[in-house]
Amino acid sequence: MNDKEPLLEMRGICKSFPGVKALDGVDFSLYPGEVLALVGENGAGKSTLMKILSGIYGPDAGVILMDGREIAFPDTNAARAAGISIIHQELNLCENLGVAANMFLGRERVLGFGYLDNRSAERKTREILAALGLNIDPGMVMNRLQPAQKQMVEIAKAVSQNARVIVMDEPTSSLTASEEKILYGLIGTLKRHGVSIIYISHKLQEIFCACDRVTVLRDGRLVGEAPVGDVDEGRLIEMMVGRPFANIYPPAPGVPESAPVVFEARGIASDGVVEASSFHVRRGEILGFAGLVGSGRTEIAKLVFGAYPVTSGEMILDGERIDRNSCGLAIRRGIAFVPEDRKLEGLSLGHSLTDNISASNYGRISRRGVLDRRSVRKLVGDGMARFRIKAPGGHTQAKALSGGNQQKVILARWLSRKPKLIILDEPTRGIDVGAKAEIYAVMRELAANDVAVIMISSDLPEVIGMSDRVAVMRGKRLVAIVERGEATQETIMAHAAGGSKSA
Amino acid sequence: MPEATPSATETSDAGRGFGVPPLPLLIVLIAGGLFLACDLLKYENYTGGWVFLSSGNALNILNQVSTNAIIAFGMTLAIVIAGIDLSVGSVVALTGVALCRLSVDYSVHLGASIPVVLGLGLAIGLLNGFVVAWFKIPAFVATLASMIVFRGTALLLVDGIPIFNSDEAFLFIGNGMILGAVPVPVLVMVLAALPFVYLTRCSIWGRRVYALGGNEEAAVLAGVNVFRVKLMVFALCGLAAALSGVILASRLGSGQPNAGDGYELDAITACVVGGTNMNGGYGAIGGTLAGAVLIGLINNGMNLMDVSPYWQLIMKGCIILAAVIIDCNYSGGRTRQGSGRE
Repeated sequence: MNDKEPLLEMRGICKSFPGVKALDGVDFSLYPGEVLALVGENGAGKSTLMKILSGIYGPDAGVILMDGREIAFPDTNAARAAGISIIHQELNLCENLGVAANMFLGRERVLGFGYLDNRSAERKTREILAALGLNIDPGMVMNRLQPAQKQMVEIAKAVSQNARVIVMDEPTSSLTASEEKILYGLIGTLKRHGVSIIYISHKLQEIFCACDRVTVLRDGRLVGEAPVGDVDEGRLIEMMVGRPFANIYPPAPGVPESAPVVFEARGIASDGVVEASSFHVRRGEILGFAGLVGSGRTEIAKLVFGAYPVTSGEMILDGERIDRNSCGLAIRRGIAFVPEDRKLEGLSLGHSLTDNISASNYGRISRRGVLDRRSVRKLVGDGMARFRIKAPGGHTQAKALSGGNQQKVILARWLSRKPKLIILDEPTRGIDVGAKAEIYAVMRELAANDVAVIMISSDLPEVIGMSDRVAVMRGKRLVAIVERGEATQETIMAHAAGGSKSA
Repeated sequence: MPEATPSATETSDAGRGFGVPPLPLLIVLIAGGLFLACDLLKYENYTGGWVFLSSGNALNILNQVSTNAIIAFGMTLAIVIAGIDLSVGSVVALTGVALCRLSVDYSVHLGASIPVVLGLGLAIGLLNGFVVAWFKIPAFVATLASMIVFRGTALLLVDGIPIFNSDEAFLFIGNGMILGAVPVPVLVMVLAALPFVYLTRCSIWGRRVYALGGNEEAAVLAGVNVFRVKLMVFALCGLAAALSGVILASRLGSGQPNAGDGYELDAITACVVGGTNMNGGYGAIGGTLAGAVLIGLINNGMNLMDVSPYWQLIMKGCIILAAVIIDCNYSGGRTRQGSGRE
């Protein structure tokens, strides 16, 4: 493959922002029909590089070459015209319009007098979808499609614009495992059509599934480049963080049988959401919840947290039966829940760190209903120090933080309440490796401080690496609890997917 | 009347695929049935025949809703792009007084003064659109400000005193009949609906209006000139309000600086009852027309039933609330945020 001329080259790209050198002499090349993984921690310069490639920023120095000729992208339209398409993590589709309408948005086909030629747009859309082997009705309204199908439409749209380079930014962040396979299949089809793909992801396993070559950025510099066959995950992480990274999972000390049970669920169920499931979690233990998407992992956690009514079974917290439950009561009893969607459910993005950390702590930092500034400052200062939150100060808006730091803000908020049981739903989704390691360390520290931890995760290595025991869900029911020594991807998948099959 | 609206089909286009939600239709049927029942009762008592069901009454209802419906056509567009236009009521008053001043004080012929005041409405709409799109101010605030400004302008123009105009041609616009029995405002409403329907359902511009309402970011990235689309939406809103203002002034036989007060809310009600989503992206002219007619039906029916006007307000509010609650919760959850994926 590398004996061919590169399709796209970026040479000596530099870009500075006030106070930061985002890119420092990056050389980058992409060959026709190649899938190139671009990895690096947040702030390594991946998105700046892609913004230069798509014409959003101009480089301070360096040149872009396509087919060996120098080319400039003064704006996004120029980049698109040159055949470069970006598929952002948050898809840019109009949910209220149909597939064909989205495909041709901005370059609609008309018959005259601005009269839309829907038939020809749908025909063309059907052709493109068929060429990519996709079975999607061009007339379907977007909001009825599955997330994976939406992604496919976004990719098909890029293809319809004769894209030669497609940049995919975290393409699997909203996909299930089986949907990922469809995406990989589509990537294969694109390669056969000679389309090159730049694949950005924090999930390193995906890179080994989908990509041919990997390029690593760190602190604005290119630090490594290799065919995926020549590197392993450990080596990649080393290149990304710049130091040997033996194991990102801190050692698990193990939980003695004598440790008291903090929470026990006996056959709890909620109509249509969770079927009779039993488990317990001890003081200082991390109980992982694994299972396929839709297996009821999040739901059982929300059930414990009082977001759904318990229709049968019973829950016992610290030896006392819970009769009435609601989120407010659960919080007061010492249960904390860190939701999956940080931005939607966990944080008030427009508010400051201080506000976000002190929310749900007001009782302890106010006197006679008035906030006590000194207590607030202490609470926030403690939280930021303990979790090593990287931010200019407490006044920083939550939306200005990286995913990892946002997650730490949420943890800081809950932990200042000293919970007995904390439930973390996908705690490291969309977070880079370095920040993941810090979150793992925090989780272990929590366990060491006698908190019982429930962690829900789709990332099997994470579940296996962090959990003292793994509860496996299937079809809204807890089907097995696997001990740490026996937890392997195969055993967990066997339970999650239904007994005999090994995934 | 509801038959006049497009049938809801499951096709791709938001303007087309989202016709009239089933609930308002249901209410029309229930309300219709109710009034029919009361009509029967009346038939026993009076010899006037079928009041509610008569074609005369149907045209009467359409005539009454015409000013609101015309404003609501423009309002639908504003709401589809996740905006709103609160200034329409003031535009109604301003065009009315401007028209009467031009005719009475300056003896301008109607053939010239009507285009002038329509142009005035268009210009006010362009101004609204410019402020919203250029300064990126929420439409609610921008048009709230212009609502106040142009109410003041209308009062200033006539020093707060209504101008009467008894010119026959002028009075014909709001009170005349065409083809024997069709009130002119009904004809104007129907003629005004046509370009709006064309724009929203068939045109490239309409597609972009819906795209903008569905996901502005996506529209920008697709190369849609968002600024121009917004400008035109508000311009059409102003133009529709001006047209309505001309009819109202003629109907009142005068330019009233306090006319059109609260019309923006009536228009919004028609849109919402007609299935337009306040969060943008969904709505159709046919639905809005049905919404306006439904409100007219309720008013008219309750009048015929001799319901006290105070009770009418209470019932109207409740019916609107019920319509929207059911529409939001039982028609596919369109207006709810995100679906519950794990």
